[in-house]
Amino acid sequence: MSKGIEQNNSKTVKKLVLVVFAMFGFGFALVPLYDVFCDITGLNGKTNTESVAYTDDGIDTSRTIKVQFITRTAKAIPWEFEPVINEVSVHPGEMKFVNFYAKNISKRDIVGQAVPSVSPGIAAGYFQKIECFCFTQQPLKGGEEVEMGLQFYVDLDLPDEITTLTLSYTLYDISSTVDS
Amino acid sequence: MTTDTINESLDESHNDEHHDHKMTGLKRWLYTTNHKDIGTLYLWFAFIMFLTGGVLAMVIRMELFQPGLQIVEPDFFNQLTTVHGLIMVFGAIMPAFTGFANWMIPMMIGAPDMALPRMNNWSFWILPFAFAILLGSFFMESGAPNFGWTFYAPLSTTYSNGSTAFFVFAVHIMGVSSIMGAINIVVTIMNLRAPSMTYMKMPLFVWTFFITAYLLIAVMPVLAGVVTMLLTDTYFGTSFFNAAGGGDPVMFQHIFWFFGHPEVYIMILPAFGIVSTTIPAFSRKKLFGYSSMVYATASIALLSFIVWAHHMFTTGMPLFGELFFMYCTMLIAVPTGVKVFNWVATMWRGSLTFETPMLFSIAFVILFTIGGFSGLMLAMTPVDFQYHDTYFVVAHFHYVLVTGSLFSIYAGAYYWLPKWTGNMYNDSLSKWHFWCSLISVNLLFFPMHFLGLAGMPRRIPDYALQFADFNKWVSIGGFAFGLSQLIFLAVVIKCIKGGDKAPAKPWDGAEGLEWTVPSPAPYHTFSTPPKVD
Repeated sequence: MSKGIEQNNSKTVKKLVLVVFAMFGFGFALVPLYDVFCDITGLNGKTNTESVAYTDDGIDTSRTIKVQFITRTAKAIPWEFEPVINEVSVHPGEMKFVNFYAKNISKRDIVGQAVPSVSPGIAAGYFQKIECFCFTQQPLKGGEEVEMGLQFYVDLDLPDEITTLTLSYTLYDISSTVDS
Repeated sequence: MTTDTINESLDESHNDEHHDHKMTGLKRWLYTTNHKDIGTLYLWFAFIMFLTGGVLAMVIRMELFQPGLQIVEPDFFNQLTTVHGLIMVFGAIMPAFTGFANWMIPMMIGAPDMALPRMNNWSFWILPFAFAILLGSFFMESGAPNFGWTFYAPLSTTYSNGSTAFFVFAVHIMGVSSIMGAINIVVTIMNLRAPSMTYMKMPLFVWTFFITAYLLIAVMPVLAGVVTMLLTDTYFGTSFFNAAGGGDPVMFQHIFWFFGHPEVYIMILPAFGIVSTTIPAFSRKKLFGYSSMVYATASIALLSFIVWAHHMFTTGMPLFGELFFMYCTMLIAVPTGVKVFNWVATMWRGSLTFETPMLFSIAFVILFTIGGFSGLMLAMTPVDFQYHDTYFVVAHFHYVLVTGSLFSIYAGAYYWLPKWTGNMYNDSLSKWHFWCSLISVNLLFFPMHFLGLAGMPRRIPDYALQFADFNKWVSIGGFAFGLSQLIFLAVVIKCIKGGDKAPAKPWDGAEGLEWTVPSPAPYHTFSTPPKVD
């Protein structure tokens, strides 16, 4: 092999190694990209994680949206966790306040974190939480119980074909990560 | 690698040439930088892994011979299906193709060796360690990985049995090995072609490996990334895929299948290359539509990057997403159809003979097409909701990977065995291998279609009574197919030990530079580049 070919070889190798590192980085870049993508499209039912201000653009009384609440506890967290009412009817633009009940039925202190999700996923971008217990962690002492509030409204421009929204909360035990 | 180290390795290979290979025994294989030696190592390693993965499959089929739990615990059953998949994908099919690439590409393009011989040695010799780690985890207290070869989070993170670290490191090593192998293939093809061999004069075999190598370079790093995220999620408290910490388990599937779908083409494009070599040889005609074959291969490779979510139709995607991925997936049927029609057109009015490589190639065309059609059925979103995670899927990917990739590997192995060993293989034994494999493989995988349509879920050690008869037949087919592969082992050993001496070109219709050198191929070939017309 001549000198020229060897130089070509190492040039090509360098380029390809660069591609390898770029693609390794791309794998990790997919993580924030995915979040941005879900934010824009409402994919996966992700809702806002920080409080939005209520804008008074009027109430569309011609439409009534059923909002259902379901709760689930993940991986055997020893809490009772349920909505106080299972379902409310709201008009788009109207503000509502509902309560969720939680009780730590164990004897130890546990920090919980509720993660919301809206179904159908496409509606997630139109479900606006003004105040939600899910914005913060929820520490409960052993045996302690609490009523936690959720204040929300549904956007006026919610697509017409959507008449029912389901808001699901999954409660996780995050005590171990909080301790450390 | 710096120019100096390349120089060094070149000097060494020159030494080799003068004294021919002095090293003997184990050292020859450990230190070898010769593309033919490394190709041989890859092929043997792949075959050993194939038998290992096969043994796991036999235990799976024994358990599924009857309904109810007979032989293994459900958790161990999960370990079996997981490791069977990983071994067959990363240990058998991919190394076998790398072995073909090492052996044949330099000889087909008139190069003296691979461009980076030392890296070549490395990329092979780290592989046994990867699989030692993976298989070793069977003997650990926690057991082997049990979360499926797709290692979905949170099965592999929150609910892992403790084998995640072994799994992740094994996959890292496999990935590094494949990436090094792929870089070597690309550099060899780009820089070491014989002077007048332009890209469009390369054999299609070389083209398919060229494109496959690019796919590997693009997606193996993504696999490395996703297993790294698993590792930190499981052991270092990150939350890439953990919803409680703000992550998303569905994102795992997106990243995994962004790697995973190109990966399935990594396992089938080289197969296209092999049968595009054997079919013209035994039809005594030029390959029909050479340039359309090149473009079809390239477009399959490009499309493979935008279809990944067809593995995830049931995760609750928006309608637009489902339609997008459905139509893109169906689009792949077009270039794939071009290929199948080209193979058929090559055979059309050719003077066909049916030597064993041709038998395997024809079986490939027919059975791979069946696998392709079931793939099209799975691509349809509405029906996929029924087929998802059933034995229909198992039938589909075994048709494309066993009667597709594996049969092409057999076709290629029989085709080049005379060149590799200098002896003809035992013809009647090889025909036994073919016919036993053909009959048993269909008995093994065809009824799985019906089991799946009837609703039998995959990856479960038990099943409802109405599936009992079909499963019995499938298991019998499985045992027969497993045993048939031992015939191949016998053929290869006999062929290495002796047999009729092979001429330089044992197939009268064969074309390509590899047939211009004697059989067996000398240790060093094309030290001066050949002339290509």
